[in-house]
Amino acid sequence: MQVTGTVLTTRRVDAYHALTVVAPGIAERYRPGHFVSVAVGGGQTSMVTRRALSIHDVKSDYGGTVELVFTARGPGTAWLAERRARDTLDLVGPLGRPFPLPRDPVHCVLVGAEYGSALLFPLADALLARGCRVDFVLGGTGAERVFGAMRARRIAETTTLTTEDGSLGLRGKVTDALPSVIADTRADAVYACAPMETLRAVTAVSMEFDIPVQVAVEESMACGIGVCMTCVLPVIGDDGVTRMVRACAEGPVFRGERVRFEDVGTIPFDALGAPGGGARHVS
Amino acid sequence: MSVDMRTFLAHVELANPITTAAGCAASGRELAQFFDLHRLGALTTRSITMAPRAGRPTPRMAETPSGMLNAVGLQGPGIDAFLERELPWLAQRGIKTIVSIGGGTVAEYSELARRLADAPGVTALEVNLSCPNIEDRGRVFAREGSAAAEVIASVRSIMRYDVPVVAKLAPDVADIVSVARACVDAGADALSMINNPLGMAIDTEALRPSLAAVTGGLSGPAILPLAVRCVWQVHAALPGVPLIGIGGVMSGRDAFQLVLAGACVVGVGTALFHDPYACLRIERELEDLLRARGFQRLADAVGLAHRPPGSAPRHLLVDSEESTP
Ligand SMILES: Cc1cc2nc3c(=O)[nH]c(=O)nc-3n(C[C@H](O)[C@H](O)[C@H](O)COP(=O)(O)OP(=O)(O)OC[C@H]3O[C@@H](n4cnc5c(N)ncnc54)[C@H](O)[C@@H]3O)c2cc1C
Ligand SMILES: Cc1cc2nc3c(=O)[nH]c(=O)nc-3n(C[C@H](O)[C@H](O)[C@H](O)COP(=O)(O)O)c2cc1C
Ligand code: FES
Repeated sequence: MQVTGTVLTTRRVDAYHALTVVAPGIAERYRPGHFVSVAVGGGQTSMVTRRALSIHDVKSDYGGTVELVFTARGPGTAWLAERRARDTLDLVGPLGRPFPLPRDPVHCVLVGAEYGSALLFPLADALLARGCRVDFVLGGTGAERVFGAMRARRIAETTTLTTEDGSLGLRGKVTDALPSVIADTRADAVYACAPMETLRAVTAVSMEFDIPVQVAVEESMACGIGVCMTCVLPVIGDDGVTRMVRACAEGPVFRGERVRFEDVGTIPFDALGAPGGGARHVS
Repeated sequence: MSVDMRTFLAHVELANPITTAAGCAASGRELAQFFDLHRLGALTTRSITMAPRAGRPTPRMAETPSGMLNAVGLQGPGIDAFLERELPWLAQRGIKTIVSIGGGTVAEYSELARRLADAPGVTALEVNLSCPNIEDRGRVFAREGSAAAEVIASVRSIMRYDVPVVAKLAPDVADIVSVARACVDAGADALSMINNPLGMAIDTEALRPSLAAVTGGLSGPAILPLAVRCVWQVHAALPGVPLIGIGGVMSGRDAFQLVLAGACVVGVGTALFHDPYACLRIERELEDLLRARGFQRLADAVGLAHRPPGSAPRHLLVDSEESTP
C-alpha cells in the first residue's frame, strides 16, 4: 500500500542516517525482512525511480511508525538525508517476502555488515519472542560503520564485532568470526543481511556446518513491486531449475544455498530461458 | 458534469483511455494488490515470447535525468505458461487485455498469433516490433517498414477479425510516418508509439557502462516530447488510424498532450514504478482537465491540436450552438 508518512525524528547513528516516519498502515502489516520504497526528490523531481530501504524498526507510537537507516550514497539518498521532522514522505510497503521464523526455540546467529545489520533487530525480537537464542555477528569497514552494536549487546546472548581496520572488535570480516560463533553457540540456523560477496561467504560457512541460512539480498530495483524485472538474480527452485527471480517480489529473503552467488550479474547457461540453454531442456 | 471517457481502439470500446505500457505491469497480478484492474481502460501485458526467456544480465536498470534506462531483454515464461496461468487469470476476471507479443522471426510472430487466436480474453494484440530480426543481421523490425509490414500482414491474417492488431513502433527511425504507413497498409488496425529509444549511461565511479548490456531503452518524462512528436506526425499523415500514445506519461497533463496530438488511448509505463496507482491518478487528472476546458467527451479532444491556428475548438462550437435559444 501507499502511505504519505510524516517524518517524526531524524538522527545520525554512527555513519548512518535514521528517519522515523509515521506510517500506520505499513507498520501494522510489517514482518521482519520487509522493505519499503520511498519516492525521493519531491513533486517536480527528475528522479523517477523509488529507493528501496529496509525497515529497521516499527513502533506502535502515533498509530505506527517505521524507522529507516541508510547511507547517503547517490542523489536520492542524499535528498532523504536532508529530510527534517514534519516533512512528508511517500512510502510504498511493506514489500518483499519476510524472514521465515523457526517453529521451535532454536539457536540463531544473526550476521549483519554495514547498514545490513539494521533489519536484523526486529528479526531478533521476533526470534526471542519464540524463545530462540540469538547471537549477533556485526561488522563494517570501520568502527563508525558497525551498526547497532549497543542494542545487540543488550538483547543477544553474545555479540561479536568485526572491523576491517581493526578499530572495533576483531580485525577482519564477519565471515572470519562466524565459524567460531556457530561452533560456540551450537547454532541451528543463520540469518544474514550484507553485501552480496559477504552473503556468499556466510552461506559457504553455514553450509560447511550444515545448518540452514536465510539471506536478505540487495539488487538494483526500479519498481520494488515485481513488475519491471530489473532486480533479478539466479536462484535454484524446489525443482532444481535455476530461474532469474525478482529480488523484490520473490525475495529479498532467500535460502542462501539456493542463490547462485557466483553467477549473480550473469545469466547462467543452464537457467530457464537462458540464450541457447535451459529453455530447450525443459518440456 | 462528468466527462464521457469512453474510447475506441479500432472497433473495441474501452471504458477509459488509460492502459499500462507493455513490460511495465507484468501480467497484472502485482498491480491487482494495489487496485481493481477493472478501473483500467485495458491492461497491456509484457511482450510474450515463444520460449521462456531469462533476459539480460544485471544491472538492467540505470536512473537518468527524468528517466531511466532498462535492458530487461523480454524476460518471461513463454507462451505456454502465459496461456496456462496468466491469460486465464485475466480472462476469468473480465479484464480487458491487450496482449503484447515479441519474436525474432516472422514465423515466430505468426506462431504466437496462432496460439492466441482462439484464446479467450484477448481484447487486442499489440505487436512489439522493437525486437531484433534474427534472420536479418539483427536489424530491428520496427526500423524497416518492409520488415515491420511483413510481420503485421502475417499476424493480421491469423488473428480473428474482431481482435484489433496494433503495431508498436520505435521512435529512433529516420521516418516514422513511412513505417507507420507500411504497417497500416499491411493491415494494422491501430498503432502504438513509442517504444523505448536506445540510450546509454556510464558509471563514473566504476568507469564502465552502467548497464551490463551496455545500451538500454530510455523511458520516463525525458521521452515525452519524442512521443508527442511521433503521435503528432503519424496522426497528421494517417488521421483515421487509432493511436495508442505512450512515452513519459506521469500526469494527466502529459496524457492530455498525447490526446491532443492524436492518441485515443494512452499507455503508462515508467510512472507505475514511481507510483503503483499512477494509472488511476492520470485518468482522474485527465478527466479533470477535460472538464475544466468544457469537454463533454474525450473523443472531442483527440487530435484537436491539429486544427489550424485561430479556429475555435470543435467541442466549444457545438456547445454554443446547443445553448443558443
Ligand atoms: C531490499 C533492499 C533494501 C535496502 N535497504 C537499505 C537500507 O536499509 N539502507 C541503505 O542505506 N540502503 C538500502 N538499500 C540500498 C538502497 O536502495 C540504495 O542505496 C539506494 O537506492 C541508492 O539510491 P541513491 O539515490 O543514493 O543512488 P543512485 O545510484 O542515484 O540510484 C539510482 C537508482 O538505482 C537504484 N539503486 C542504486 N543502488 C541500489 C541498490 N544497492 N539497491 C537497490 N537499488 C539501487 C536506486 O533505487 C535508484 O532507483 C536497500 C536495497 C534493497 C534492494
Ligand atoms: C522495464 C521496461 C520493460 C519494458 N518492456 C517492454 C516490452 O516487453 N514490450 C514492449 O513493447 N515495450 C516494453 N517497454 C516499453 C514500454 O512499453 C514503453 O513503450 C516505454 O517505456 C515508454 O513509456 P514510459 O515512458 O511511460 O515508460 C518496456 C519499458 C520498460 C521501462
Ligand atoms: S524492482 Fe521491479 S521487478 Fe523487482
